[in-house]
Amino acid sequence: MAEPRPVLEMKCIVKEFAGTRALSGVDFRLFPGEIHALLGENGAGKSTLIKLLTGVHSLDGGTVSLDGRPVHITGPLQAQQAGISTVYQEVNLCQNLSVAENILIGREPVRAGRIRWKQLREQATELVTRFGLDLDVSAPVGSYPLAVQQLVAIIRAVSISDAAERRGAGGSKVLILDEPTSSLDRGEVEELFALMRRLRDEGMAIVFVSHFLDQIYEVCDRMTILRNGTLVAEHMVADLDQMQLVQLMIGKDLGQLEELSEHHAQPADGEPLLRTEGLGRTGGIAPFDLEVHAGEVLGLAGLLGSGRTELARLLFGADAPDGGRVDIDGKQVALRAPNDAIGRGVAFLSENRRAEGLVPDLTVRENIILALQAARGWTRPVPVSQRDELVAKYIAALDIRPADPEAPVSALSGGNQQKVLLARWLLTRPKLLILDEPTRGIDVGAKAEIQKLVVSLSEEGMAVVYISAELEEVLRLSHTIGVLRDRRLVSRIANGPDVTAGRVLEIIASGEHR
Amino acid sequence: MSVISRGGPSPHGYRLLQDRRLPVLVTASLFVVMFGFGAFRYQAYGFLDAQVFMNLFIDNGYLLVAAVGATFVILTGGIDLSVGSVIGFTTMLTAWLVEKQGLPLLVVAPIALAVGAFGGYLMGYVIHHFEIQPFIVTLAGLFFFRGLCLVISKESISISDPAVDRLAQTHVPLPGGSFLSIAAVVSLVVLAAAFYVLHYTRFGRRVYAIGGSEQSALLMGLPVAGTKIAVYTVSGFCSALAGLLFTLYIQSGDPLHAVGLELDAIASVVVGGTLLTGGSGYVIGTLCGVLVLGLIKSLIQFEGTLSSWWTKIATGVLLFAFILIQRTMTARRRG
Repeated sequence: MAEPRPVLEMKCIVKEFAGTRALSGVDFRLFPGEIHALLGENGAGKSTLIKLLTGVHSLDGGTVSLDGRPVHITGPLQAQQAGISTVYQEVNLCQNLSVAENILIGREPVRAGRIRWKQLREQATELVTRFGLDLDVSAPVGSYPLAVQQLVAIIRAVSISDAAERRGAGGSKVLILDEPTSSLDRGEVEELFALMRRLRDEGMAIVFVSHFLDQIYEVCDRMTILRNGTLVAEHMVADLDQMQLVQLMIGKDLGQLEELSEHHAQPADGEPLLRTEGLGRTGGIAPFDLEVHAGEVLGLAGLLGSGRTELARLLFGADAPDGGRVDIDGKQVALRAPNDAIGRGVAFLSENRRAEGLVPDLTVRENIILALQAARGWTRPVPVSQRDELVAKYIAALDIRPADPEAPVSALSGGNQQKVLLARWLLTRPKLLILDEPTRGIDVGAKAEIQKLVVSLSEEGMAVVYISAELEEVLRLSHTIGVLRDRRLVSRIANGPDVTAGRVLEIIASGEHR
Repeated sequence: MSVISRGGPSPHGYRLLQDRRLPVLVTASLFVVMFGFGAFRYQAYGFLDAQVFMNLFIDNGYLLVAAVGATFVILTGGIDLSVGSVIGFTTMLTAWLVEKQGLPLLVVAPIALAVGAFGGYLMGYVIHHFEIQPFIVTLAGLFFFRGLCLVISKESISISDPAVDRLAQTHVPLPGGSFLSIAAVVSLVVLAAAFYVLHYTRFGRRVYAIGGSEQSALLMGLPVAGTKIAVYTVSGFCSALAGLLFTLYIQSGDPLHAVGLELDAIASVVVGGTLLTGGSGYVIGTLCGVLVLGLIKSLIQFEGTLSSWWTKIATGVLLFAFILIQRTMTARRRG
């Protein structure tokens, strides 16, 4: 059977941001009447590719053609007119306007420049009904739940394509759904999928981006996998099982991974330092139970976006939970703000060290002393001599280079910046240290030093929650491994000789603990 | 696919508490209550004379026009601090062109309006294309136009042109023996035009959309740049028009005219129920805000024993109360 002509074809797409290649030579084809999954870890280039298609960014190289005709997309408006519509993860509607206006704004029916409100409401009602919804179109869109807003956004997107087709402007129909399900519950996802299938059967080409692998297998026909800005593969969904897919996304052969795994002795039993029961947050992470003992390293594995950071933020009080309880040292505590957690000996190193950790304009010394000073309160400054002594000690202990407390921290390399942040928290003598991707983006030497440090800290009795996208790292350091998938803690296994990267990957891929 | 019924937005409480018209109603009722109080207390001094009410428009017409311009800007989530200075500059420019250059008002007025609109356009252009906070750009505008006043003349210029005088003294008779000034009529026309533009044109709806979420408006493919620049142009135009009305009202140009008037305009808009974060509010609310502030002034004049500074104190208290109301309303809407 000959394949039909793709409705959208992108060839050799190149995009650079400040010298870094976000996409290098990516090809992407989209056929009419299919739901096409765009897959890859965070940073693989999915969002960049979509933003090129929707005209938010401009191409640095390559060609885009619609229906075989080359097009040059200059902006969101022009992309819409060409028949490419997008619904973003964060619903991009105006909450203050009515449902009808959100669907039709920019295309309101006018006569002599005057908006005809009655006709506007009628048109909107007609569209909403056609999509199987029953809404009061004159109510503000913000008064409806997020799932309905998502559907309203899709109605807007599709109706724009329809209008473009009627005008004969291209007639192509491409709908891009960027993480549309991340904040929907199961029933709402079903509604969305039903709508997607219906649109597909009407001949629309749909690009579906999601971290939820099950959903990909449920609704998609074909998939394109990206990794580090390059095209890895294009497959029919039916031809590839989840295990193979995860391997393609991560880019590691399983056999290769298994050799690397190392193991630790089991940690001490007894009363856990931290225990959670049913702790969770809607749209962040499903309720989970967790125990961390003193001296234990708990590694959290899972794909990027699987809820690892969200879990950590709950433990640190950076996000407020919807329900559940946290016990620290056997006592129930309320973690309403990071300060509550810090006061109980919890420290958190954000994965986003530039934005959420360092104060780039301050010196190394000032950055190191920050958390200790905050813990003491501003009325009791750390004495100068003690401060200098502590800073010097940690600069030496962590081998921060340059070993100059007066250097602005922004001048340090990524690895040394990470060490400065570590020093900052170690100074407060935390009982539980949460490290979110502490070794991402730093060189091999610094990486090994940080790993060694984690081991020695745990030997001294500190509990550590270690989050990393690199399975080897998690396997090497952890006593216990928590596996996350689709924003759920699906499994907790004690690390041992029988725990291999392959087994963890299996859990990540299947969601089942075998 | 089956028809999914969502049952509409949360039924109880929504209609009343979350209705975006509620703040306007609150302000309107406040006006009625205050007016009732005045009518009761100053009955003997003729407070109930229809002309007392009309004088609110006559004495505050220029403020209404400036506040309507400010409403456009605030609806997009912006702010315009240059209003008072543009008004002051317009009085100077008008007085100077009419008195010192001998130009007729019919020629001078369009020039003044064009200058004000162009000033607003420039500020809007800088705000959008250089991504600078409106606060700081219009603050620069505030200093710039106030400074320009002094370039024209350091002294106040009084206008003795008979045509201007005639226009200023013209009474537009109303049934019942009361009257409005030309300026008051112009301000009401501006109000009506603004209402039409905001609610019956695509431009007006874009203003609301940007105030709701600029990012969304952009991704929906709306011309955000043009709209943002346009609202500052509208505000500049309204300020210049307010300046012309102020010139008629005072019949002079003075470098120190309308100092701080932008704050009165912003206060009127906020008391009128428009959210400073943008996206929600009505020009009718702004009218109520102007009337309430004007009424406070009248009441204090009728009282006679209170210093005029009590106007400021009352305005401050009122503004404070309304910001708190807004805050609780938006909190409830999000929650």
